[in-house]
Amino acid sequence: MTTPPTHSGRRLGRTTTRRAAEAVVRAIIYLCGWMAIIILAAIAVFLMWNSFRAVNEAGLFTMLSGTAWYPTSSPGKFGMLPLIVGSLYVTGVALVVCVPVGVAAAVFISEFSGRLVKEVMKSIIEFMAAVPSVVYGLIGVAVLIPFVKDAFSLMSGMTAVTGGIVLGIMSIPTVISISEDALHAVPEELRQGSAALGNTRWQTTFKVTLPAASSGIFAAVMLGLGRAIGETMAVLMLTGNAAVMPASVFESVRTMTGTIAAEMGEVVQGGLHYSVLFAVGLVLFTITFGINLVADLVLERQRKRWRR
Amino acid sequence: MNLKKLVAPGLAMLLLMSTVAFAGCAAEEPVTETPAETPAEEPAAELEGTIDVQGSDTMLNIGTAWSEAFMDENPMVEVSIQGGGSGTGIAALLNGTVDFAHSSRDIKDEEMADGESKGMNIVEHQVAIDGIAVIVNPANGVEDLTMDQLGQIYRGEITNWKDVGGVDKPIVLLSRDSSSGTYEFFKETVVGEDSEYAAAAKLLPSTQAIVDEVVANDAGIGYIGLGYLTDEVKVVAVDGVKASVPAAADGSYPISRYLYMYSDGEPAGVMAAYLDWILGAEGQQLVVDEGFVPLP
Repeated sequence: MTTPPTHSGRRLGRTTTRRAAEAVVRAIIYLCGWMAIIILAAIAVFLMWNSFRAVNEAGLFTMLSGTAWYPTSSPGKFGMLPLIVGSLYVTGVALVVCVPVGVAAAVFISEFSGRLVKEVMKSIIEFMAAVPSVVYGLIGVAVLIPFVKDAFSLMSGMTAVTGGIVLGIMSIPTVISISEDALHAVPEELRQGSAALGNTRWQTTFKVTLPAASSGIFAAVMLGLGRAIGETMAVLMLTGNAAVMPASVFESVRTMTGTIAAEMGEVVQGGLHYSVLFAVGLVLFTITFGINLVADLVLERQRKRWRR
Repeated sequence: MNLKKLVAPGLAMLLLMSTVAFAGCAAEEPVTETPAETPAEEPAAELEGTIDVQGSDTMLNIGTAWSEAFMDENPMVEVSIQGGGSGTGIAALLNGTVDFAHSSRDIKDEEMADGESKGMNIVEHQVAIDGIAVIVNPANGVEDLTMDQLGQIYRGEITNWKDVGGVDKPIVLLSRDSSSGTYEFFKETVVGEDSEYAAAAKLLPSTQAIVDEVVANDAGIGYIGLGYLTDEVKVVAVDGVKASVPAAADGSYPISRYLYMYSDGEPAGVMAAYLDWILGAEGQQLVVDEGFVPLP
């Protein structure tokens, strides 16, 4: 569109090369755009392909409903339910930690802070997201495990709560930045209108801005949840990894991610245990994919709502 | 790069050596094609090459000590040691990414079969003996457990310290995770081959994590290699014998095992030299220094 139509034959050669270059660049950009989708599809296919043996020999339903996880016994027992429940427990605790803190912080940054404070806080939060999870894990081992043991007078500090608290802290940056975006996207007229009706800033925030941004905040929570459920290193170090059906969050749990990380190194490639770990990965992939999909749909709805 | 500078004259030397070797024994036998296989006993030929070793975390300390001492003596040799667990090491050997696998357990039939299907000939070498000590918090009054009691504790049949002569407190079971050779070995000798660890056992990703938790938790019980024993934890005697280097060496301590190195085929050249050195006086002295037990 930007290239003018050719007027003279003399410029034809140059235009042809330019056109060719353009076509190449366009192809590359197309390819890059499709790359994400291709990679995602390839991951899904790869997971399914590798978990085929597990589904065939151990049985999908048996794995999903079994409660005994003894993969190295002979014959191995591959009951994934404790792992799934363990992941959900840890993630649940993480949500309890990250949602109130994250949303409150987003409200403060978006509605109440000055420009300088806002910029400083945003960069600090970005930095928080950049801290490697093993560092969070180390701090958790040194500080949180003894703390949880004493605070709740437990037999051991390696529990779902310990892992969940650290995961919650790790998810806070995700929740803050996406919630803040959602609040920022609420049109200024709404706030002004509310103020014109005599509402204070607090009233405006709680009765107008927050409800208006609710679906975006929901999406933020979902993405934070996705981050928490997929996190590996910190939970491996903090939850004790006992593959038992936990009665409460104050017990040790084994998560899906921790199981894959701890056991993948040791399995015989192509063996049944190897395949079962891929099946665990497939379950995890399905869960996170679902979470992200829901979050995306909700976000899209919010965008449409404020577009007009 | 630096490496290139090292390699070029080295290659030239090898070429020279191989020609000499050819000239020397052309009359007798068909000569091996690879010049690196020059017999190790030739003192004039300086050893060179790289050896990649991966495997057992239990053997990480001793492996590092071996490799450092060996590299000091043979500056042209580079030995790299990685941990990750016995299974990881054997898997890497089967994938052809390492020369030796450190393993604190026998190779499994499944792994052996995998190697055979790839046309490999996996050879086992015993390199040291390890004892597994049962540890508790120093505040714990229990001094002695029988193998039977220990088995019941780890199977989850005994869950309170008062049943084995301690205070009325639930037992916190600590174990390595299933990728560890120590996990397998402890299962075979203590828990029972056909039984399972109690589901409530916490599976920790490293030996150090077990030590840390036992130090911090007065109801904890764990098992670690002799080489990792510290004064912060208390060793529980098993069947009346306290885990120690002499007790593991004379076989009186019940939870002891061989440590292995596996290779694809009989090692040759620099690999053979390294293995011979480990099995020799210097290598076995390091075994003692690192808290393991030398081969008889």
